Amino acid sequence: PAEAAELRARLRAVRHTVLVLSGKGGVGKSTFSAALAHGLAADEHKQVALLDIDICGPSIPKMMGLEGEQVHQSGSGWSPVYVEENLGVMSVGFLLSSPDDAVIWRGPKKNGLIKQFLRDVDWGEIDYLIVDTPPGTSDEHLSIVQYLSATHIDGAVIVTTPQEISLQDVRKEINFCHKVKLPIIGVVENMSGFVCPKCKKESQIFPPTTGGAEKMCQNLNVSLLGKVPLDPQIGRSCDRGQSFLSEAPESPATLSYKNIIQRIQEYCEQHHSQEEKMI
Amino acid sequence: PERSTNLLGVRHILLVLSGKGGVGKSTLSTELALALRHQGHRVGILDVDLCGPSIPRMLRVQDRAVHQCDSGWVPVFVGQDRAIALMSIGFLLERPDDAVVWRGPKKNALIKQFVTDVAWGDLDFLIVDTPPGTSDEHISTVEALRPYRLLGAILVTTPQ
Repeated sequence: PAEAAELRARLRAVRHTVLVLSGKGGVGKSTFSAALAHGLAADEHKQVALLDIDICGPSIPKMMGLEGEQVHQSGSGWSPVYVEENLGVMSVGFLLSSPDDAVIWRGPKKNGLIKQFLRDVDWGEIDYLIVDTPPGTSDEHLSIVQYLSATHIDGAVIVTTPQEISLQDVRKEINFCHKVKLPIIGVVENMSGFVCPKCKKESQIFPPTTGGAEKMCQNLNVSLLGKVPLDPQIGRSCDRGQSFLSEAPESPATLSYKNIIQRIQEYCEQHHSQEEKMI
Repeated sequence: PERSTNLLGVRHILLVLSGKGGVGKSTLSTELALALRHQGHRVGILDVDLCGPSIPRMLRVQDRAVHQCDSGWVPVFVGQDRAIALMSIGFLLERPDDAVVWRGPKKNALIKQFVTDVAWGDLDFLIVDTPPGTSDEHISTVEALRPYRLLGAILVTTPQ
């Protein structure tokens, strides 16, 4: 209870919290989290925070062009690393002495760090807290839901690719959300088709053999936020630490991301005003 | 840890690891098992990805169930020739979409059981497919396998 009060105090100035989940690894959670952060921070008046709780495989520092940055401490706590004035980032990646250092921790130690990220980081006033997670339904996921109950989670965005091997893990993640009473904002289908830049023909690199995210969302009554096609520029931007939305504004993938980000914003704003009405 | 008799008939144990998710560990584990079987070897796959077990579907045995015998669990045998044996948490779920929402200690307990309590019989190769990361599953699997002949690890990645 004292701990919960501490977390509540620290997170009091967070207006909206969005968790980015999957169940399956390598479907583009971190890529999407980074795009969402950049997309929301495009509005200079919004303060955005990106928290990376993938402790074994933190991708966010590299994707945001922040490799090699360190976390500074001040009287008010740990300082996030700022990409832009209105976009701050925290990740275990910033705490490693070398980027290749393996973090070989069991659950309880990972949980401890996640709690510290929430309790000791001086986020300040934030409009959007985006939490990027590792694949699975384990310690990190249980802990973040538990600790964030001190504030309010708007919901989860669940990322998948079209193939059944991904969907079968994502259905489990959807069940996890139901189990812990986490609202699902919707599902994003990444790597959804590839348009050849030369001949413009579309190919399904990861064929949706069981109907893809669309069919799954219909069956499970969750919202499909959008489909993002494969674009080699995405991987390149991630490797280079650049914002894909800025580097490739003409890409169909950018258009998809922007539509999805808008839908997420609308969901958050709508629910916020609903809650204010209830109060 | 004690040596269980269940692994005494296994000639080579291989770990398939990555760190990164979605690079093709399970795909490689499956293809490797099939290739080794094609060469006439007896192969087992131990799927220790508790949150996202992919191997059963990849071998089209997702609807099978496991049974117990005196020495522990009987693995699922794949194909008419039954030349691939498979153990996965996928076989223990009541419904395929059930999420395994366990913290580390519970995962560790099951992994120990998976390593010592599956009646593999005689195998030329046991391939251990792992989830992404460097955490509970990995630490527990390596610890439980310590008394046995561990051939080595294959690391899987993509180019980026």
